[in-house]
Amino acid sequence: MSAVLEIRALSIALPRGSDRTHAVTDVSLTVGRGEIVCLVGESGSGKSVIAHAVMGLSPGELKATAGEILLEGENILGASAARLRDLRCVRMSMIFQEPMTALNPVMSCGDQIDEVLRMHSTLSPDERRTRVKRVIEEVHLPDPERMMASYPHQLSGGQRQRIVIAIALIMDPVLLIADEPTTALDVTTQAQILKLIRELQQSHGTGVLFITHDFGVVAEIADRVAVLRLGNLVETRAKAELLARPDNAYTKMLIAAVPSITPRKRNADAAAPVVLATARLTKIYKSGGFLARKRTVHAAEDVSFEIRRGQTLGIVGESGSGKSTVARCIARLIDPTSGSVRLSGDDIATMGARQLRPLRRRVQIVFQDPYRSLNPRRTVGEAIIEGPLNYGTSRADALARARQLMETVRLDPEALGRFPHQFSGGQRQRICIARALAMQPELLIADEAVSALDVSVQAQVLQLLDEIRDRMNLAMLFITHDLRVAAQVCDHVAVMSKGRVVEIGTAIQVFGAPRHAYTQALFAAAPGRDFAFGG
Amino acid sequence: MNTPVAAADLPTEAANVFERPSVWTRLTRDWAVRIGAVVLGILILIAAAAPWLGTVDPTLFDPGSRDLLPGATGEITTLEGESIKHDFLMGSDSFGRDIYSRVLYGTRISMIVGIVCALIAVFLGVIAGLSAGYLRWLDMPLMRVMDGIMAIPGVLIAIALVALWKASLLSVIVAIAIPEIPRVTRLVRSLVLSIREEPYVEAAISLGTPTFKIMFGHILPNTLAPLIVQGTYICAAAILTEAILSFLGLGLPTDIPTWGNIMAEGRVQFQQFPHNVFFPGIFLALTVLAVNILGDGLRDVLDPKMAKRA
Repeated sequence: MSAVLEIRALSIALPRGSDRTHAVTDVSLTVGRGEIVCLVGESGSGKSVIAHAVMGLSPGELKATAGEILLEGENILGASAARLRDLRCVRMSMIFQEPMTALNPVMSCGDQIDEVLRMHSTLSPDERRTRVKRVIEEVHLPDPERMMASYPHQLSGGQRQRIVIAIALIMDPVLLIADEPTTALDVTTQAQILKLIRELQQSHGTGVLFITHDFGVVAEIADRVAVLRLGNLVETRAKAELLARPDNAYTKMLIAAVPSITPRKRNADAAAPVVLATARLTKIYKSGGFLARKRTVHAAEDVSFEIRRGQTLGIVGESGSGKSTVARCIARLIDPTSGSVRLSGDDIATMGARQLRPLRRRVQIVFQDPYRSLNPRRTVGEAIIEGPLNYGTSRADALARARQLMETVRLDPEALGRFPHQFSGGQRQRICIARALAMQPELLIADEAVSALDVSVQAQVLQLLDEIRDRMNLAMLFITHDLRVAAQVCDHVAVMSKGRVVEIGTAIQVFGAPRHAYTQALFAAAPGRDFAFGG
Repeated sequence: MNTPVAAADLPTEAANVFERPSVWTRLTRDWAVRIGAVVLGILILIAAAAPWLGTVDPTLFDPGSRDLLPGATGEITTLEGESIKHDFLMGSDSFGRDIYSRVLYGTRISMIVGIVCALIAVFLGVIAGLSAGYLRWLDMPLMRVMDGIMAIPGVLIAIALVALWKASLLSVIVAIAIPEIPRVTRLVRSLVLSIREEPYVEAAISLGTPTFKIMFGHILPNTLAPLIVQGTYICAAAILTEAILSFLGLGLPTDIPTWGNIMAEGRVQFQQFPHNVFFPGIFLALTVLAVNILGDGLRDVLDPKMAKRA
């Protein structure tokens, strides 16, 4: 097996004033013909920096200080801009994370694929057209004629990513770099795209450098795995070996942190009082009218469930399934169209702002994006005491409580005077939890609260949430798209699809024997389900 | 990174935390901010200290000292009627008034007009923009009013106000500030529309924070950076507009020394005595340049996203 890509002792410097001197240090890596090498690492590990360096796309401030990158023996680092242009798409291609921004929104998909051929081949327009059609068929898009005429916004995320793959593969390159190509996609779409990449790579004999943070994806697709940590290559080994017997402590920790998809056994008290009960909760969005065409979207329909004290209900579903809509209706950030939301007996679904205010305390929510959940211009202390101050607690009492809460979420109470930008993502999420707990809520909603975090941090935050729920005897509504996470924290699970709850039951029931076809498809698509992660 | 913030967090995560230099440090390091601020500081000092910088009353004139060239020495009659010797550093105009004194006192008017117009436009624009952006029912009527104001040329408002109230500093400031309000309103409204969707605003709602506090405590502080930048541009535009209005005779009464007035009076004799127009012109250009450089520097530091777009 000859090497398509060989990276030798590559070091890339970071600009001065960064948190470390080098983005990557002394990294050596090879990708053979017809081989898929996964480059795995947490955020900030330098995996994307390597990908961009190989494509010759590094921004000016990131300079390679040592080593070489050999594409079929030719050093990319020394290549001129013109030479790189000749190599890109012809010998090496890249697919990106976000297919919407990777495509030009004002150019039809057919033209975008055709552009590559115009630049890099001498084919006649007719020949190009047949080639484009063939590649669209190859990526399994239906109705090639219509696809060629469509614009990116008319396609779904998965279809867009197929177009991106078509563009990348039309010149039959020897090396394909995939930079988190499925991270922005739903699980079922992800499974299809992974299958497609696998299939095309085998039929074309392409070498693939696949960048990901997700060990589930690694288990699905990799031949070999390279683990990157803070710019250093920790270990490179064959997949089966690495997943089964990791040598390095860091790799071990990463693999152990991946939650298992087998639900944990929990002792739920079936007689605990019901904190939240929704009945036929519905949210319909209406837009248009007057001059525009009328549109109604049923974001959530007839959603009924209940959560008892000290228990967690997980809502799982893909994007657009309505799970966040339900959470926001319960927190009354949006007004439900119909149905009831009973909070310890009080129906808050139709309450006016004035009646609702004293009850707001009882439901608190932790959001997905730790970087946007805290006001950047307020200290952490101000954020935590804001709620209690609104309800008449004195400043001194609120601050004393905030110090306790910082300890509860395992942060230094002295850090109360700091601003959010001085904390990492995981720490900010802890602060958000502390802010929610300051209100002494009865129900805590976690809306994808760990989805933006690295797997090792995610495990810690999940553990913290679990601990807090038990200690404070809270009811928790846990919204997630990640089945593994749901399996670890939920007593009950509701599966949502297209605004409706298609299946609801205890975690053991739903995960053990899914009844609904959609649930079954969701489980079948979960990456790496055949590997027993998390022990 | 000076104290261990979370013992439980792994070093992989802690490594992502690093201190960014404070806004103040970054401002003082930026060359555009330094240059703009220094020049502007000097101009403000000149405006404040005008009486002690070797000037005479800018309205004093002496028929014997008409049309002196810069640097010439002549005499000038004080209000008490006595004639004193005076160095005409920038020459004199056709009434025998000292241009140096007039230009220095003119700095006062320009600074006041620039700063007060920026403050008024930003203040009213913020109120209107916050209301339109956060209270959705106000959006439609308020923005249509703003569209209306935007459709009226500034000079037309100035003519109308001067006709209505007579020429005065107040009418000039009002005439200049009003057309700027819609621009600030639109800026603030668009910022509010995106900030109100931020999770920290939703978190504040579920913490029971009253609407008023959310608007002024959470949203407003996050619009400040682009607002300050916009304020400097308004300031520069106001100084320029005031000069234009004075030059056209629509601004302050001709006896009040403003750069526009000085230039308007010097215009007739421009070919023989260019210094009448030259010196106020230099000051005007320098001031507007300094304010704009300061604005660009502030934008680069406070609002990097906007800097990249421009």
